[in-house]
Amino acid sequence: MNDRTRGRAGGGCMTDQADGRPFLKVEGVSKSFGGVRALSEIELEVNRGEIRAIIGPNGAGKTTLINLISRVYPPDRGRITFAGRDITRVPTHRIASVGIGRTFQNVALFRGMTVLDNLMLGRHPLMRPGIFSSGIYWGLAQKKEVEHRARVEWIIDFLEITHIRKTLVAALPLGLQKRVELGRALAGEPTLLLLDEPMAGMNVEEKEDMVRFIFDINEELDKTIVLIEHDMGVVMDISQRVSALDFGVKIAEGTPDEVRANPAVIEAYLGTAAQQASR
Amino acid sequence: MVNRECGVFFSTYAADMRLFPLPLTRWTMVGIAGLGFVVFPLVASDYFLNIANLVCIAAVGAIGLNLLVGYTGQISVGHGAFIAAGAYAGALVVTRAGLPFWIALPFGGLMAAVVGAFFGIPSLRIKGLYLAIATLAAQFIIEWLIIHIEWISGGAESTVTVPKAAIGPWVLDTLLEQYFLNLIVLSLAIVFAMNLVRSPIGRAFIAIRDRDVAAEVIGVNLFRYKLLAFAVSSFYAGVTGILYALYLGAANYEQFDIATSIDFLAMIIIGGLGSILGSVFGAFFITVLPMALRVAVDGAVTAALFLFPAANISHVVQSMTAVKLILFGGLIIVFLIVEPEGLNKLWRNIKDYFRVWPYSY
Ligand SMILES: Nc1ncnc2c1ncn2[C@@H]1O[C@H](COP(=O)(O)OP(=O)(O)OP(=O)(O)O)[C@@H](O)[C@H]1O
Ligand SMILES: [Mg+2]
Repeated sequence: MNDRTRGRAGGGCMTDQADGRPFLKVEGVSKSFGGVRALSEIELEVNRGEIRAIIGPNGAGKTTLINLISRVYPPDRGRITFAGRDITRVPTHRIASVGIGRTFQNVALFRGMTVLDNLMLGRHPLMRPGIFSSGIYWGLAQKKEVEHRARVEWIIDFLEITHIRKTLVAALPLGLQKRVELGRALAGEPTLLLLDEPMAGMNVEEKEDMVRFIFDINEELDKTIVLIEHDMGVVMDISQRVSALDFGVKIAEGTPDEVRANPAVIEAYLGTAAQQASR
Repeated sequence: MVNRECGVFFSTYAADMRLFPLPLTRWTMVGIAGLGFVVFPLVASDYFLNIANLVCIAAVGAIGLNLLVGYTGQISVGHGAFIAAGAYAGALVVTRAGLPFWIALPFGGLMAAVVGAFFGIPSLRIKGLYLAIATLAAQFIIEWLIIHIEWISGGAESTVTVPKAAIGPWVLDTLLEQYFLNLIVLSLAIVFAMNLVRSPIGRAFIAIRDRDVAAEVIGVNLFRYKLLAFAVSSFYAGVTGILYALYLGAANYEQFDIATSIDFLAMIIIGGLGSILGSVFGAFFITVLPMALRVAVDGAVTAALFLFPAANISHVVQSMTAVKLILFGGLIIVFLIVEPEGLNKLWRNIKDYFRVWPYSY
């Protein structure tokens, strides 16, 4: 709990921007899987309040980067700091209380549960359940449940999913599942959100909704956002800065226009397009 | 009107989060409790009281196993061993220390919980069938310890004789008194488990079952919660063990072998994985089915001997015993094909029917 408050205070807009330290900093991070070098010597700096897009062709290492930041696995080399704190070796289950929430490329909701319970689980890092008070329930545990429920209901309203709150997530279409997963990440009250292709597999209308939610989360709820996205149109709309990866290396960074005009980026995308065409 | 879901709205979160939000289910539960505590004891013969006792005791252990396997997704075939651990721990507390059974119950449960948590440690690294094999080791190790440490087993037969439960001078020695004891323990076990699974702990269990990586990233400590699941599950197993020892008058490791573990797995699969009430149904089914088959087969033997007086009696009895086993296995398979989600699903179907009754579309 202490870490959390410290993380928050350290991540405050004023302090960070004032002393020029980035909110999230990835330094010289590398990761290999067996013989595959998924990421090499990655440098990344994200400021507080930013919406940063990460682009790159398939297999570029985007998901690996997010997995490293959210501590799904450790890097082989390098250092990751968040809100002034070294999180390179933080235990995975502590990453949520550090203030980092995320969604997954292949929706990773708890399928046997309702939307409501998925979001309640998102608040798990803010709960300290005891075995006896849980089994006896009436009294203390119930009081806390009601408090957490109120916060979760606020997010359910915010994301406009009130009508499905009691539905099992397995029964929902992909578009809604992605929105529920966003809600689960928000429920943990993170300061940094990592979104892995939040719009993949959505139709135009669903994409527009998602873009609107991401904007609102950034502006109204004051969350810093790092998102992976393939749709360049969306990336142009949504983000101030873009980082491009290819074969595990950062090949470009800048405003969406700069990155789109960058020869290395064009090469990377054309390369894959050409490869796919020649197949 | 108020019996149906349509038209029932909740104005507070607390009301929405009740154990049985719908009035109909609430009254059904009151009705079932009334049957169990009042009507059945008034009408049941000793034969049925004995069955009810065995069902109640088994149901406690089945609920425990379901918390681990059905809710948390950790397969265990060591449940029999954890039952044995509780049975011996409880028996020793009663016989050696002379403490009353109501201390032995939580004590044996706690001992079993410690043993269970210890043998649950491999679950941090392995899953599925590999974990099943690791828990199988618990079965053999605990059996070996009980047999070979004389301080526990009390000698060659490895049997610890246990006096009947007593509250002060009142000895619970009739089937009826024991039925009330077992039913009360079962009721507590049910309520505690139902509360647990709707609490943050229960949600964490299910999250581990459904998606362990995502659970960890959103803040569930896999180490803590997997071991907690093993501990709680084994606590239930331990309580079952002591109830058996009190009821049967002895703790004996032979009662709690690998076949016991398999029986308990059968109970929760038949009853429905991830369902508390299903565990009770499953315990009933697996306890009663062999008895019913025995009655049926005995009848068939008598009939066969009556129709063919010249038949060889031992042959008839032998083949009928085989038929009994085949029927037992066959019925379970048929049942699982008809209702793969277990007895609990059947119960839900009935409930759903009445919930919208009479508008059944
Ligand atoms: N757990 C893993 N084990 C082995 N190889 C992996 C693993 N995760 C990723 N890789 C490899 O690392 C490389 C980068 O994968 P990553 O998933 O990060 O790419 P990506 O940029 O997210 O691609 P996509 O757009 O397809 O999602 C790929 O070659 C992939 O095969
Ligand atoms: Mg990816």
